[in-house]
Amino acid sequence: METTMGCCEDLRSSPTTRRAVLRGGASFAAWAYLPKFARAADGRDPRLVLVILRGALDGLATVAPTGDPDYAGLHGAIALSSSGPNAALPLDNFFSLHPAMPEFSRMYREKKAAVIHAVATPYRDRSHFDGQDVLESGFAGPGRVQSGWLNRALEGLPKGERVTSGIAVGPITPLVLRGAAPTVGWAPLALPQASEDTAMRLLDLYSHRDAALGSALKQGLALDKAAQGDDMKPKPGTGGAAAMRLAARGAGRLMAADNGPRIGALAFDGWDTHANEGGPVGRLAQLLGGLDGALAEFETALGPRWRDTVIVVATEFGRTARINGTQGTDHGTATVALLAGGAVNGGRVIADWPGLKPASLHQGRDLAPTTDLRAVMKGVLRDQFGLAEKLLADSVFPESAKVKPMQGLVS
Amino acid sequence: MARDSQAALVALNRFGFGARGGASGDVLNAASDPRGFVKAELGRPNRVLLEVPGLQSTPALGKAVFDYQFEIQQARDAAKSAAPPAAGEGASPRPEAKGQRRNLSLNGIAMEMAPKEPQAKPAENPGAMAPAEAMQPNAPKPAPQPLNIIQKTFRAEALARLQRAVIVDGGFAERLVVFWSNHFCISANKGGPARMWAGSFEREAIRPHVLGRFADMLKAVEQHPAMLFFLDNQQSLGPDSRAGKNRNRGLNENLAREILELHTLGVGGGYSQDDVTSLANVITGWTYAGRLGQLGAPGTFVFNANAHQPGAQRVMGKVYDAEGVAQGEAVLADIARHPSTAKFIAGKFARHFVSDDPPQALVARLADVFTKTDGDLKALALALVDSDEAWSAPLTKIRSPYEFLVAAGRLLAQIPNNPNLYLAGLRALGQPLWSPAGPNGFPDTNAAWLAPEGMKLRLDISTQIASRLAEGVDPRDLLELAAANTASVETRRTVERAESRQQALALLLMSPEFQRR
Repeated sequence: METTMGCCEDLRSSPTTRRAVLRGGASFAAWAYLPKFARAADGRDPRLVLVILRGALDGLATVAPTGDPDYAGLHGAIALSSSGPNAALPLDNFFSLHPAMPEFSRMYREKKAAVIHAVATPYRDRSHFDGQDVLESGFAGPGRVQSGWLNRALEGLPKGERVTSGIAVGPITPLVLRGAAPTVGWAPLALPQASEDTAMRLLDLYSHRDAALGSALKQGLALDKAAQGDDMKPKPGTGGAAAMRLAARGAGRLMAADNGPRIGALAFDGWDTHANEGGPVGRLAQLLGGLDGALAEFETALGPRWRDTVIVVATEFGRTARINGTQGTDHGTATVALLAGGAVNGGRVIADWPGLKPASLHQGRDLAPTTDLRAVMKGVLRDQFGLAEKLLADSVFPESAKVKPMQGLVS
Repeated sequence: MARDSQAALVALNRFGFGARGGASGDVLNAASDPRGFVKAELGRPNRVLLEVPGLQSTPALGKAVFDYQFEIQQARDAAKSAAPPAAGEGASPRPEAKGQRRNLSLNGIAMEMAPKEPQAKPAENPGAMAPAEAMQPNAPKPAPQPLNIIQKTFRAEALARLQRAVIVDGGFAERLVVFWSNHFCISANKGGPARMWAGSFEREAIRPHVLGRFADMLKAVEQHPAMLFFLDNQQSLGPDSRAGKNRNRGLNENLAREILELHTLGVGGGYSQDDVTSLANVITGWTYAGRLGQLGAPGTFVFNANAHQPGAQRVMGKVYDAEGVAQGEAVLADIARHPSTAKFIAGKFARHFVSDDPPQALVARLADVFTKTDGDLKALALALVDSDEAWSAPLTKIRSPYEFLVAAGRLLAQIPNNPNLYLAGLRALGQPLWSPAGPNGFPDTNAAWLAPEGMKLRLDISTQIASRLAEGVDPRDLLELAAANTASVETRRTVERAESRQQALALLLMSPEFQRR
């Protein structure tokens, strides 16, 4: 299942008659300036990409604690297994990676990818929108949506030349990059869509001749409109593995250029797997395959610059440890964060594992958070760009002095 | 005339891929003798085969893919050993080595195949879209990577199948091929060999038996390397076999379970977990020869006695003593004749062609024909054509994405010379060619295809097709062809009053007359 992305190139029509549209549930935004130390004498030219997975990623399905005796029972029919057909990919003797992620597995073996498990933002409720606000604003609680932590981090960087590659009329900038520091954006372009007039004529025909087709199309149009108008809205239906790859490929190419952006954020929708989440194959597997492909696209596109790159993959919160009655998982708390890139000090699952015994679960239902996601972000920002701990604690992640930057994430 | 037109519509759309445009005469021919029009295709079994110059046999393709994968592995190993253990600052060879590896990587080829070109170059399309153009000029434009052997093969196979579907007279035989291919599906996404063999599997295991015997198709399928690879049977070792004792591996029930659950008896068909395990034991050793050809010519089915679980096995209450490959063949022959199989196949067949909830009398009759003819699939197809139900049931099923795109190509008389457009469209609509999400194949009900997002995408794709192909055609004429003179007043009016040819054609392609079959 893919989105319409990239379909039918031969059918692309001229822009004079067709409205160009941005869609596919994936968009990229970046700082409009190069950090001043880019191309400095030591040859290091660091890059950072934040990949936000909207909808709450099931961390226990992505990096499964197959060594935890309670895991298989809780995750039930969708639990991954370290043996048998479609076996999960072993990371160490306790954790196994979802089999849809062979590229990440390879990077991990090459020590260029790491996992942080049982991680969460300071947010402890279960609303997507509030959770994403906390993840992206960098504040300890929801409701502060004027600027994002990555944008405030940019303010702490010495500003060099303006980015000249890839400046485009951007889509909606994700909150994490909104703020005083100017940004540029880009989104993969999809098919021109049918005009509203054509759709209305067709709905009129269906209203006379075929109610079922009419009802489906009407809903499809409404969903589509909602997905386009609201960057928080997960794109429904057909998933977006190809869209993820496409967005990553485009973003990677932009960031590989000498005059291209160095720091950017990419958001992927659709991780809210309440029903039929699937195990080694299925809906989440397709999404993870798309994410895995996106990471590989970055590696390819960045070429020699991959060496200096860190990609951080994060989500607003995790999902319930126990599957629900529809072979899915509901909103939870702790989850995983993934790091990938040539600059990552990888080959490790970093976890203060809380265990999955009933008493160990957060509120009896969720993987308990033992690591603050801000510690991960702070560690990366400090090591990758030399941002001072005080700046990180005061302005990038306000009132977070107690959350120390994690050590040694960047090699 | 009206009644004949209705029957022509059934002949063309329910049984076939829709009327061809141009001077095909399909509508007239179908109207003059609807049943004869459908049956005509069944009289020429050779026409079901797909023998196209350049398409190779499974062993030849197997050898090519094994060699290709071996080369990649060697390049990978070489790159690994060439890299210094811990390169310091400065120019390390690692990125280059990695770049090579990526170019050759098999990982992701499956996902990457067709979307690659269409998606990779929005800006190469002159005047495509302003933002893309603004985005691209400074970004170096990498040369398109040449297709690897797997991609080339898949596209050639896809093109041959699509061309056949677009040019054949009515399409009933091709619809049967698609039905059986989906019943016994593999998924190209399983990996390099599966993608390489997706087309040859259908040509060799499905097509020769579409008008033959179910038991023969069953045996051909379960012994085909593509199926053995897809459902992991090449990894399955009898626990007490020589290989099983020597290695730390054992039984894999994947193929055995799907044989019983999806290929023959069906869920609730009377088998138990013990039957699954027994059948898995029975077919241990069913594998294919690999690159080195230790067991036989690479890419051919072989029975590996070393991996075969020794001893008798009880499956569905019957004990199978015979040793070797004959044991499994005997089981398959028996379950192919099992009443549950007849019932399962009859129900699925009627559901595909007639309605999501087919008349029980029809299903019973088809099951009866299946049983009495010992699984003669031509007799099964003829029984469907001869039934009253298939002609009287209203055309309520929505075309699958494949049926929809092929029907559009036929109506517009566009013989594809490049499969990419179809492959991308199928992927967009959720039916990527030869790549269902699971071994149960693509769904076959309105609930699956008549989904909101899917309808919106169909409309977008219809708009795309129309924007390119509407010049020089008269949508009103096409509507007469597509609907065999049965178009509703409203559909006629909608097409006639459209603001442009393009819009008219898009609306025609989305009309109930074109979407339902």
